[in-house]
Amino acid sequence: MDFSYTEEQLSLQNTLQRFIARDYDFERRRALARSTLGYSAEAWSQYADLGLLALPFPEEFGGLGGNAIDVMLVMELIGRGLLLEPFLSTVVLCGGAIRDAAPESIKRSLLPQIGAGKLKLALACYEAAGRYDLSHVACSAVAGGDASHGNGTGWWLSGRKAVVLDGESADYFLVSARSTGDVADADGTSLFLVGRDAPGLTLFAYPTQSGGRAADLRLQNVIVGADAVIGSVEQGLPMIERAVDLGAAALCAEAVGIISALNEATLSYLKTRKQFGVAIGKFQALQHRMADMLIAAEQARSMAIIAAVHCDSSDVAERRRAVSGAKAYIGQAARLVGQQAVQLHGAMGMVDDLIVSHYFKRLTMIDLTLGDADFHLGRFSDLLLRTSFER
Amino acid sequence: MDLKYTREEETFRAHVRAFFEAELPSDIRAKMHLGKRLRKDDLTRWQKILHRRGWGAVMWPQRFGGTDWNVVQQHIFEEERAHIGAPPQNAFSLKMLAPVLMQFANAAQQEYFLPRIISGEDWWCQGYSEPGSGSDLASLRTSAVRQGEDYIVNGQKTWNTYGQYADWIFCLVRTDTEGRPQQGISFLLIDIKTPGITMRPIITLDGEHEINEIWFDHVKVPVENLVGDENKGWTYAKFLLTHERTNNAGIGACKRALEKLKEIAADQVANGRPLIENSRFRDRIAQVELELMALEITNLRVLSATAIEHRALGPEVSVLKIKGSEIIQQLAELQMHALGHDALPYLREALELNWIAEPLLAEHYRPYAPSLSGHYFNLRKTTIYAGSTEIQKNIISQQILDL
Repeated sequence: MDFSYTEEQLSLQNTLQRFIARDYDFERRRALARSTLGYSAEAWSQYADLGLLALPFPEEFGGLGGNAIDVMLVMELIGRGLLLEPFLSTVVLCGGAIRDAAPESIKRSLLPQIGAGKLKLALACYEAAGRYDLSHVACSAVAGGDASHGNGTGWWLSGRKAVVLDGESADYFLVSARSTGDVADADGTSLFLVGRDAPGLTLFAYPTQSGGRAADLRLQNVIVGADAVIGSVEQGLPMIERAVDLGAAALCAEAVGIISALNEATLSYLKTRKQFGVAIGKFQALQHRMADMLIAAEQARSMAIIAAVHCDSSDVAERRRAVSGAKAYIGQAARLVGQQAVQLHGAMGMVDDLIVSHYFKRLTMIDLTLGDADFHLGRFSDLLLRTSFER
Repeated sequence: MDLKYTREEETFRAHVRAFFEAELPSDIRAKMHLGKRLRKDDLTRWQKILHRRGWGAVMWPQRFGGTDWNVVQQHIFEEERAHIGAPPQNAFSLKMLAPVLMQFANAAQQEYFLPRIISGEDWWCQGYSEPGSGSDLASLRTSAVRQGEDYIVNGQKTWNTYGQYADWIFCLVRTDTEGRPQQGISFLLIDIKTPGITMRPIITLDGEHEINEIWFDHVKVPVENLVGDENKGWTYAKFLLTHERTNNAGIGACKRALEKLKEIAADQVANGRPLIENSRFRDRIAQVELELMALEITNLRVLSATAIEHRALGPEVSVLKIKGSEIIQQLAELQMHALGHDALPYLREALELNWIAEPLLAEHYRPYAPSLSGHYFNLRKTTIYAGSTEIQKNIISQQILDL
């Protein structure tokens, strides 16, 4: 039992904190969010220089061999700084899937490039009618594509993918598509590596509510080689689910970073804003609200730790329980802290000029990303059923 | 960052568990399991068994007969205690009074009282609240006036938990009425058999006798029973309350209550299926379980931070007290709700171990059912005692948030 960070982790934290203070203040972030790219290409290459983009990859692929705790630490600061770069999509979700499931050749060609900041990826695993259900895959994969792409026969991919995070800036997509079974079957789905410029792939991109960008994808007979499959053919779902759990755990940490920052901002406002001749923090109704927010922040942090520690566990039930428990809990805590931070700031909480509203919006969107609190509460709750049957 | 127990800690857990398995008397275990009424004899018998093993006060330093265990070991011990269903020990003497005695009492007092606490010889109750002084404890009025080698105590205390078992009571009394209310308070140890003391039961909403009110009418207390300095009692009282609140996180008890809730929900039937298969009910269990998962880690984070920084627990225990008290209430509420209308029967005799249900009733009324509603009602106390939730939020506001 140990809740401390290592020397390396503390130094990483320190470096990133300094980067945010120096190069990523609120005004700069606002300008970036409004820009065409939606983030800072310069910052991305700085992350590469700092080693962030190679953090969770094995050393043999140019990585730093970091673990989920390292990722948690980075994500917490990404939250605090409201950083817009596609770290979650590229490094955590797609990088995680490739690291854990891709064939050696793909790892060898892609992971070092991701680490060097030369490649960005996006995970296309959700569809319009599927909500948060990863097994809902109507997108089809038909065997018999262009054999020249790799060994043996390849695949034709057709269908649509919804709200692909950071889709517009991606060089590659990881796309789930089905070659057998009905639309929500657990079997029959594979994960394909698809180049941004693949003929037949079109994309509609848009900004999201919390800065950053997302896109819808359309695939019309997109041809990929047999060697473009990440993980097992037609048995891709467990691996996709694992990658999404890594992402959900990372989002928990991001939310915790925002929750602490938002609590600090709110506390400072309570101490400086005066009404009726006193600082509004002298009023008990507001003090107790702030106390509730502090408690929520501590509890949320504990849950983010649980998620980080278990999200790469080989015990699938343990992983699901930890990640969904944390995502559900933190979704609720984020809602409390976000809404009350706006409330305690009064009308100032409503304005775009203050970081408070941006934190609130990001927290809100984090809850709705990779499964909301209800979805994860349900997943956690259903696991209770299973364990009580096992007894 | 690592949430795993070490191999040594797992071995330690196995030792503790084996001891509990072997030594917890089966009648006490059955009473705890079914929520039956415990008597003083059950509690002191268990205290004596623990004491014989050297575990009468594991949270104490070794020089007073404790163990010097670290916070993780203490956590494991408490978790195993709750898991097997051993009764909780007397927190008033072991976890509240004893730290005050160790910190502030003189050697003679320590040598006399501490061994009698750990052996289970003396039962202590707390004399803090008064009819007019609840949350505003410092306004207390029970007076102690020096008269030669004695104090003469007059006044009234209330909400004295297990006062009916007590041999001694530790009291906050007013020795000075000048200055701020906090300044004239002293900490006095009073033998409950002293002439002039009258105790009356207070029956709580569950119909049980757990708390009392106590009158002091010219009660003579020797001056040597004063702890520390006269008029410094408020300092000792606050020190004690910090210890009291830590214990109230009650992770072990919450975990046991959650297990029991799941057992009940798997046993109760709704629409011909186990209740736990009803997702509306199961989600409510899940929601409380999440709070408990988080609190367990929050609790360990607080304890390990204080251990690393070599400091006493501070106002962060208020966070633990607020959450722990809410969680145990929610669990008790769900246990009761799992019964559906079997929560309605009020059978006082059913809280005795030898009770047998009428055959007609037994068709639907399970052996664990009789205690659950009363338990729910009783546990409304947890967000009120030891500093209500609202007082804890005041403490967080003032001492952590600096508002």
